[in-house]
Amino acid sequence: MTADPVIRFTDVTKTFRRPDGRGDFVAVDKLSFEIAKGEIVAVLGKTGCGKSTMFNIVAGLTEPSEGEARVVGHDPFREFDFFRGKIGIVFQNDRLMPWRTALDNVLLGLQVLDTDPKQAVETARGWLARLGLSGHENDYPHALSGGMRQRVSIARAFAVNPEILLCDEPFSALDEMTARDLRAEFVRLVRQNNKTAVFITHQINEAMEIGDRVLVFHRPARIAYETRLSAATGEAERRKVQEDIMRVLSVEQATA
Amino acid sequence: MNSSIARVLQATAGMILLAVIWQILSMTLPPFLFPPVPEIISRTIEILITGSLLVDVLLTAARIFGGLFGAFIIGAILALLIARSKTLENFISPVLTFFQGIPALSWVVFAIIWFHGTEFRVLFIMIMTTLPAFTFQILDAIRSMSKDLFEMTMSFRPSRWTLFRFLIVPTIVPGILTAWKVNLGNAARVVVVAELVGATGGVGYQLLRQQQLFDMAGAMAWTLQLVLFVLVVQQTINAIEAWALRYRPVSERSI
Repeated sequence: MTADPVIRFTDVTKTFRRPDGRGDFVAVDKLSFEIAKGEIVAVLGKTGCGKSTMFNIVAGLTEPSEGEARVVGHDPFREFDFFRGKIGIVFQNDRLMPWRTALDNVLLGLQVLDTDPKQAVETARGWLARLGLSGHENDYPHALSGGMRQRVSIARAFAVNPEILLCDEPFSALDEMTARDLRAEFVRLVRQNNKTAVFITHQINEAMEIGDRVLVFHRPARIAYETRLSAATGEAERRKVQEDIMRVLSVEQATA
Repeated sequence: MNSSIARVLQATAGMILLAVIWQILSMTLPPFLFPPVPEIISRTIEILITGSLLVDVLLTAARIFGGLFGAFIIGAILALLIARSKTLENFISPVLTFFQGIPALSWVVFAIIWFHGTEFRVLFIMIMTTLPAFTFQILDAIRSMSKDLFEMTMSFRPSRWTLFRFLIVPTIVPGILTAWKVNLGNAARVVVVAELVGATGGVGYQLLRQQQLFDMAGAMAWTLQLVLFVLVVQQTINAIEAWALRYRPVSERSI
């Protein structure tokens, strides 16, 4: 595939012990893929297919049981500090600190990076403004709508200027109109800032709208289908891809 | 009516009723059993404005704060250690539970047998009686930390100190404030027992003197000093809590 991938998984397996102690549960099964710099890859799969486990492995929050995960050539779990400021994450729920204002939440990553306080505030304010939240800097999360809170979490991820953005179904809890706006905004920001992004979703339309490439996961996580998309991809071809993805997902459902 | 005035009236109504009942009893029973309310108030004020008497109140307050700070620091360290290690939890928790079952009076007896200095005895008793509650309450606050917020913060790769400042401290502050409020009342009760038996100054010592003099008004006045102290500190903690937790949404509808 690519000569110098930003993210590379080689036969990665992740097993968890079942809560009742009776054996192990395989969440990721010999998963291999590569993601090149500047790519937006949408990872699609049903709930519980191991997408989030793969996400946590890339983020360095979980260690693979077997195989090798490399992000910019380094082990994200063992070389934890190396990735300070290199990975930005937008989670499924906004995960804002309730005791921090919108501005202070965006400042979090910058404070961890020991950015000059004046510069940090300027950057955080800038990102809030770009996401349409000017005037809400001093609002606490409970005073913001779901869409606004998710915008704050996007601003928080972008503010540290990371090389890689990981998004775990960030718009799934929002209404369709808000989600559509934020999706468009997100893609624009990723392209504008030349980021590499992994976008996890369980919605086919969302995956096709966002991804340069779509990876469809089986359960446990391994690639069942893969396709590339671009602005030049015609309507008929998109429909065919959509049908293919639906077929792959329904085959999985039938065999589950 | 202004809601804050209404709240004050509601809060004082019960106390006024209690004072009225006491006053009625003082008119029908001997004064050495139920001294009149004005006499109790006058003795209470006398303690507050007489330097040599106020020293005893301040001494007790210092002992309460000393004991609570000591127990809080040790309890916080123990809670952090227990939160980090299951082995330490298995080792420390049963000991603390065992300590919790020992009555305050037993600790007083142990302290008198083991130690000489009055202040060290009182400090020891205060720490031993409030340590288990502080440790368990802080541990509970640490464990109630949101996994989501922990993972989100860790995604920025903070140092341990940054994680402690930005996530752990704000998470455990509500629990710490509650622990202080709960333990303050306990400490005020225990310190009197400790002073009653082993001290030569303080509210407990003064209460012992009033008992020997059969002076009910004096006993009430010294008791009120302790109650007033607890009320003032409780209100201070409430004010700190209101400021520290100002981010919490408040529903217009009460339960």
